[in-house]
Amino acid sequence: MPKDGGIGASSKRREDIRFLSGTGQYTDDINLHGQAYAYFLRSDVAHGKINGIDTSAAEGMPGVLRVFTAKDFDGVGGIPCGWQITSIDGQPMQEPKHPILAEGKVRHVGDPIAVVVAESLAQARDAAEAIMPDIEDLPAVMDMKAAVQEGAPKVHDDLTSNLCYDWGFVEDNREAVDQAIKDAAHVTTLELVNNRMVANPMEPRVAVGDYAAHSGESTLYTTSQNPHVIRLLMGAFVLGIPEHKLRVVAPDVGGGFGTKIFHYAEEAFCTFAAKQLRRPVKWTSSRSEAFMSDAHGRDHVTKIELALDADNNFTALRTETYANMGAYLSTFAPSVPTWLHGTLMAGNYKTPLIYVNVKAVFTNTVPVDAYRGAGRPEATFQLERVVDKAARELGVDPIALRRQNFITEFPYATPVAVEYDTGDYHATMDKVLEVSDHAGFEARAAESKKNGKLRGYGIAHYIEACGIAPSNLVGQLGARAGLYESATVRVNATGGIVVMTGSHSHGQGHETTFAQVISEMIGIDADQVEIVHGDTARTPMGMGTYGSRSIAVGGSAMVRAAEKIINKAKKIAAHLMEASEGDIELKDGAFTVAGTDKSVAWGDVTLAAYVPHNYPLEDIEPGLEETAFYDPANFTYPSGGYACEVEVDEETGRVEVMGFTAADDFGNVINPMIVEGQVHGGLAQGIGQALWENCAYDEDGQLISASYMDYAMPRSTDLPMFKVDHSCVTPCTHNPLGVKGCGEAGAIGSPPAVINAVIDALHRGGYDVPHINMPASPDRVWAAMQGAKANMGAAQPAARSTDTAEGRSV
Amino acid sequence: MKVDMKVNGRAVSGEVEGRTLLVDFIRQTLRLTGTHVGCDTSQCGACTIHMNGEPVKSCSVLAVECEGAEITTIEGMANADGSLSTMQAAFQEHHGLQCGFCTPGMVMAATALLKENPSPSEAEIRHHLEGNICRCTGYHNIIKAVQAASGQDVQPVAAE
Repeated sequence: MPKDGGIGASSKRREDIRFLSGTGQYTDDINLHGQAYAYFLRSDVAHGKINGIDTSAAEGMPGVLRVFTAKDFDGVGGIPCGWQITSIDGQPMQEPKHPILAEGKVRHVGDPIAVVVAESLAQARDAAEAIMPDIEDLPAVMDMKAAVQEGAPKVHDDLTSNLCYDWGFVEDNREAVDQAIKDAAHVTTLELVNNRMVANPMEPRVAVGDYAAHSGESTLYTTSQNPHVIRLLMGAFVLGIPEHKLRVVAPDVGGGFGTKIFHYAEEAFCTFAAKQLRRPVKWTSSRSEAFMSDAHGRDHVTKIELALDADNNFTALRTETYANMGAYLSTFAPSVPTWLHGTLMAGNYKTPLIYVNVKAVFTNTVPVDAYRGAGRPEATFQLERVVDKAARELGVDPIALRRQNFITEFPYATPVAVEYDTGDYHATMDKVLEVSDHAGFEARAAESKKNGKLRGYGIAHYIEACGIAPSNLVGQLGARAGLYESATVRVNATGGIVVMTGSHSHGQGHETTFAQVISEMIGIDADQVEIVHGDTARTPMGMGTYGSRSIAVGGSAMVRAAEKIINKAKKIAAHLMEASEGDIELKDGAFTVAGTDKSVAWGDVTLAAYVPHNYPLEDIEPGLEETAFYDPANFTYPSGGYACEVEVDEETGRVEVMGFTAADDFGNVINPMIVEGQVHGGLAQGIGQALWENCAYDEDGQLISASYMDYAMPRSTDLPMFKVDHSCVTPCTHNPLGVKGCGEAGAIGSPPAVINAVIDALHRGGYDVPHINMPASPDRVWAAMQGAKANMGAAQPAARSTDTAEGRSV
Repeated sequence: MKVDMKVNGRAVSGEVEGRTLLVDFIRQTLRLTGTHVGCDTSQCGACTIHMNGEPVKSCSVLAVECEGAEITTIEGMANADGSLSTMQAAFQEHHGLQCGFCTPGMVMAATALLKENPSPSEAEIRHHLEGNICRCTGYHNIIKAVQAASGQDVQPVAAE
């Protein structure tokens, strides 16, 4: 019988009422009295020297308040990077300055050159057209492998090269890995691309800066997943505003998917300009602008080698990845191809020796940073593709090869520095095969064949790391931040509760799920619990929402604070009932004394806390409000089996997704309805990456997929109904709720399942195609089939000359 | 220039430029911020409203073209007593929204579909909503919400 409230109930979302009635409060819905509008003039070339910027005509245009260029930011810091990686040779990564507006050079299409602030947006835009930048074209650095050659043109002239870092992990294993690969009975090698993606939350980014002269306080309203992180980075490193004079508000945020984690130049600009002009300044990104200014995701070029012994046991794994950083280092960019990727290369398998090498490269492209999954999709795609390829080369069942190598004992310390606490990979594999009706596949394939289509079944099994992260560990790994989470639980006199969480909801439904947890713990109706998030003036210092950390870290902080509340309330109840504190029980919103019929209601205790007439004032303070900061002991490790079924049209190369099944182990689940929704969305993005989405540049660095006309977002007609299951549960062992996190799994496990299914379909049609890079668009699939027919083996004639697996992915 | 129209049953008028889009008139002049802007190429559908009963992307209509028109936005969709309409309620019941940004446009488009096709199939719903992009839900629960709003049996969430 499903519960109708508390932990485990599919409670309907309270936030939906405002979203469905048009009363949500997104950042662009905020209009301050007297606000002016900012319009950014952006570079239309990838790389160029700025000889001068003539703003005189623009300054005289109607409504123009001021035109800003780089020279207006003397004494203002650059946009900081929040994670430092150390290279194999012990040197810190190369870290170029990231100015608010381009200084000396433009380094990617979209790099901001100047900003007009005017009375209206139309006036600002009109005036920006009158700005005359004198920019001398320089050769664009696009190919990562060419970029790190001696003598290559440099993105940053003051750096020694375009190499940001050269990272080896685990360096102590390198020689043993090399030897194991030499000694192997079989080595499967795969070169692949993880294509560049644009996160594309439906709400474009917005920033509104405000300055109160009477108090000297600045306020920034922004589309952020983590307002405190923005306050810290922007206040301390860019604008020099102490935190007590800076408030950052991230109200309703229309999706994030990672790209709204980072601190962006536009946020600093609006905050800065508001103080300069003594006017609120608002910037709203257009979608085209979003494509060239939101941090992109993925963009790895990788060679992976899997060694197996004569019995098909995995003996070693070696990877070499070129990771595109773009033109500047975005907030967490360096961590994505390293710690969020290398530590996951064991996957679900007991491979004893692993070595991961990552070369991060600067190019004349938009900065790349975390996008849903961040590093784990890149790891999973390599691993689940190379295992499938190995099975095909060895002539064994890919499911059996996986099962044979599954980790089965927990906790399990991988050779890549992490310890999985729990999991049951056979269970999720069994479940995905059952729910996807693997047994019935051959019959469906025969049916498809009758209809002239090639049907394929692809499986992938993923591990990921969520709930980031233990602060002392990430500090050792180069993070310039702690990754705890905070919560304040404020109980009001009449018993209602306000939880102020450092977590942030931008679609995840915290207001509902966090209230369910409190409701369960105290035994009061969830309607009595209000969840506040997204405002540095109202919530304790929190690190925000990304890395599927909200319930695992933010939820744990809330539980700890609520436990403190309950402990104090029990003391008060004991006093009121003249009983021993140890005998007090809290159930269904009432305190009882064990073994008696004495009882006081929750509201009686809370009232006593604030009207302490009959109260143990000598022992405890009045009031009922507690704060907790929770720092996780480990990552959490969700895992699952994903199955994709496709039909390939031999005539056109078009791939249709006929079915998709996800069987996840998320540990305990607070709200199954919301968890399923998270998986659905992740699947759509992962399938989108595998089949349609691609952020494409031409060889001159021109961004050629900068609108929804050119960037193929998954649409309602592209996707099937999904089958999702989360009945396999191995609770996390180190957080109070036993939860693991579910936000990114769908995007992590699905791309290899799709490509494995496409390859399976082609092989069933007699096409010996070992691999197809994402997106497996009709032209690529068709070309691969023709290449195989012409006995060209691995060759996939590029449908476009810009497609190449060698040095760049885009 | 001045433009007059009826929005959510109320007569409104305002000064606009010739280039002012309907969506900007709705959001900026009328301050009805439930209608959203998600792109600049008329692709995403977040700004869908009803114009004289038909679903229209309000980013692709000039405000001056709406002289005398009857416009309904998401703010005008609730029942007379303020409760959610059948479609709005079905979106909540079936978790057809997450971040909520595409939602007003989805509700407007889906409501219009049921007016012309009271019991659409899954394929018909998908076809009708092709011009409305959602990045959160993978459309799964939106399809179910529309089916439910049309009175069709839908499996409950979290039991499938």
